[in-house]
Amino acid sequence: MSSNTNYINAKTGFASWALTIDHKRIGLMYLVSIMTFFLVAGVFALLLRTELLTPANTIMDAKRYNQLFTLHGAIMVFLVIIPGIPASLGNFMLPLMLGAKDVAFPRINLLSYYIYLFGAILALSSLWVGAIDTGWTFYTPYSTTTDGGVVLMVTAAFVLGFSGIFTGLNFIVTTHKLRAPGMTWFRMPLFIWGIYATAVIQIMATPVLAITLLLLIIERTVGIGIFDPVLGGDPVLFQHFFWFYSHPAVYIMILPGMAVVSEIVTVFSQKRIFGYKQIAFSSIAIAVLSFLVWGHHMFVSGQSELVGMIFSVLTFLVAIPSGIKIFNWLATMYKGSISLKTPMLWALGFIFLFTIGGITGIFLGTLSVDVHLHDTYFVVAHFHYVMVGGTFMAFMGGLFYWWPKITGKMYSEFWGAASTLMVVIGFNLTFFVQFIMGSQGMPRRYYSYLDQFQIYHQISTVGSYILGLGFVMAIWTLLRALKTGKPATKNPWHAATLEWTHTEVMPIEHNFHEQPTVNEGPYEYH
Amino acid sequence: MSTTSQTDSKRLFPLHDHFQRPEQQVDASKLGMWLFLATEILLFGGLFVSYAVYHQLHPELFKAAHHFLDVRLGAFNTVVLLFSSLTVVLAIHGAQQGKREMVLWNLFLTIAAAATFLVVKYFEYKHKFHMGLLPGYYFTNGILISPDESHIFFGIYFLMTGLHGIHVVIGMIVLSWLFYRTYRNEFGPQYYSPLEIGGLYWHLVDIIWIFLFPLLYLIR
Repeated sequence: MSSNTNYINAKTGFASWALTIDHKRIGLMYLVSIMTFFLVAGVFALLLRTELLTPANTIMDAKRYNQLFTLHGAIMVFLVIIPGIPASLGNFMLPLMLGAKDVAFPRINLLSYYIYLFGAILALSSLWVGAIDTGWTFYTPYSTTTDGGVVLMVTAAFVLGFSGIFTGLNFIVTTHKLRAPGMTWFRMPLFIWGIYATAVIQIMATPVLAITLLLLIIERTVGIGIFDPVLGGDPVLFQHFFWFYSHPAVYIMILPGMAVVSEIVTVFSQKRIFGYKQIAFSSIAIAVLSFLVWGHHMFVSGQSELVGMIFSVLTFLVAIPSGIKIFNWLATMYKGSISLKTPMLWALGFIFLFTIGGITGIFLGTLSVDVHLHDTYFVVAHFHYVMVGGTFMAFMGGLFYWWPKITGKMYSEFWGAASTLMVVIGFNLTFFVQFIMGSQGMPRRYYSYLDQFQIYHQISTVGSYILGLGFVMAIWTLLRALKTGKPATKNPWHAATLEWTHTEVMPIEHNFHEQPTVNEGPYEYH
Repeated sequence: MSTTSQTDSKRLFPLHDHFQRPEQQVDASKLGMWLFLATEILLFGGLFVSYAVYHQLHPELFKAAHHFLDVRLGAFNTVVLLFSSLTVVLAIHGAQQGKREMVLWNLFLTIAAAATFLVVKYFEYKHKFHMGLLPGYYFTNGILISPDESHIFFGIYFLMTGLHGIHVVIGMIVLSWLFYRTYRNEFGPQYYSPLEIGGLYWHLVDIIWIFLFPLLYLIR
């Protein structure tokens, strides 16, 4: 076999992509789709921030503003961050890192991509039926009474859920059954542990979302009276159902980010990861705890004080496994030979920003403080620190880290580093001031505000432009590498995991020339 | 079988490229199915929770409304589904023994039982439509006027049995596909895991009904 064949040039033509069952190609198709929706929803975010430059009607009215923040949230959550790392990088890397030829069910893998596309088309077509203005949480009774394409958007989220279920199912079975000879559970890279924990949450939480959304659709069309108080229903029951999924879902979003960072930190310190088992088990602990904390979204929704206290305590517990990870990453870097390449910069940005996001989560999980901060910009800032400062930083880091393996090209270190810096600066400008105005009482989801908040809003808006530019620069740097990048070597970062050590510069169609066998851990740097 | 040669077993067991051993492929597909069944149970779990919440809030409503369901038809359907679970097991047993006729007959009986279930369900639904015992906006029954929100019971009834009915239809499609593959002689003592996996799914459809029947028809 010639050493020039790889998964890209092995076959050509439209059908070779549209009907592929190669996990690497499917991962790439996901990546392109996810990035497209990221840019679309990102533009919505910039429009929202522009509107908030003044308390008056700057570029849109209140109705349009409500529709835009709903679309921004729904697209970012359901089409970008939830599939995000697992469906793109996970799909590409999981079999390679395990030493397998493919995922366990390649055809179901392709099916899940088309389900994703179908869901995406449904979600976007709600724009033509009438953009919805409920927020991405679809709270009843507003969502059962407002006009617009609620049914269409909710159906889209329902459909997208199945895509996630199939991906998660594939990953779990692949991890159990397709590990290379000698690849014991504790020789798996930590990326796999994170993706595995994510898949467990996806499998267990998403069906509950599916039935909740189905109930919502039926409520809107037939009026069964489960959520609608006019018909004898209980709107708070919807919140319970919704958050029973959607709280675990935020760990679906963050665990893969932690998984990527666990790889990058050890490779760019050239030092064995500190506390392998603790990091691995903390992923599982987060997955388990994620199911027990949904009530912290409902401290002011009228649940009993006792229940509130229990949920508050359980919420604090999540800080323990998260903290374990942070300290283990720091300890890994201690006395390592750190090289500040672009992926490492993103990972360091992650650790910095995620820590702020995590600690402010503790503020919000505290009952008395939450009564004050609930539904303010403090909440907005908190979850953007986790979702963008956390997950998306890690996603970009992972892309830069694996880009040489995916494309066979090296990106420009200068532009990579510059874009990271832009994103970190822009991000903090955008969202740090939101903590301040939130603590002063600026409510979220309002298109207007009191004059005293204007200076904060203006700083935030300027920051968002820098942030947007930073992301565009990062993506442009990656794309430019395709054309002008230097050819990559097989293992440019001197990593010790199989996807670097046992493959060609770009993997061949079946990943490995011969079945790799494993006889040591994933982070033994010699 | 230890006596079959390498090429024979290759023909008898269609091993996919990315698996190394037949057992690995069988184990993987079974694990996949079990995980899928877990998601199905969680899907229905949401409905069971809704049932529990509203039964606890309005026990009198559930008691009054359930009299409009026909226990005899429900019980008959329960027996039909239990019988079909037996036949699907016998079909797998037949494949293990290499008895193609036995597989075909038992799959046919399973599909027939599923069809019987749906026909009975059709008559039950027709009766409720006729009486106006329908969810929410469409509830027009004049006899069951108190308690006020009786339509909630029928909302839950139609959702639970409707979603279950959809699963019966999907099960029939899966069973027919297995029938076709058996007819084409694809299964034998070496390779019958699709039958096992389809059977697992059918047992789930059965067991969900085992819970639905007492919850909806036998309220005390």
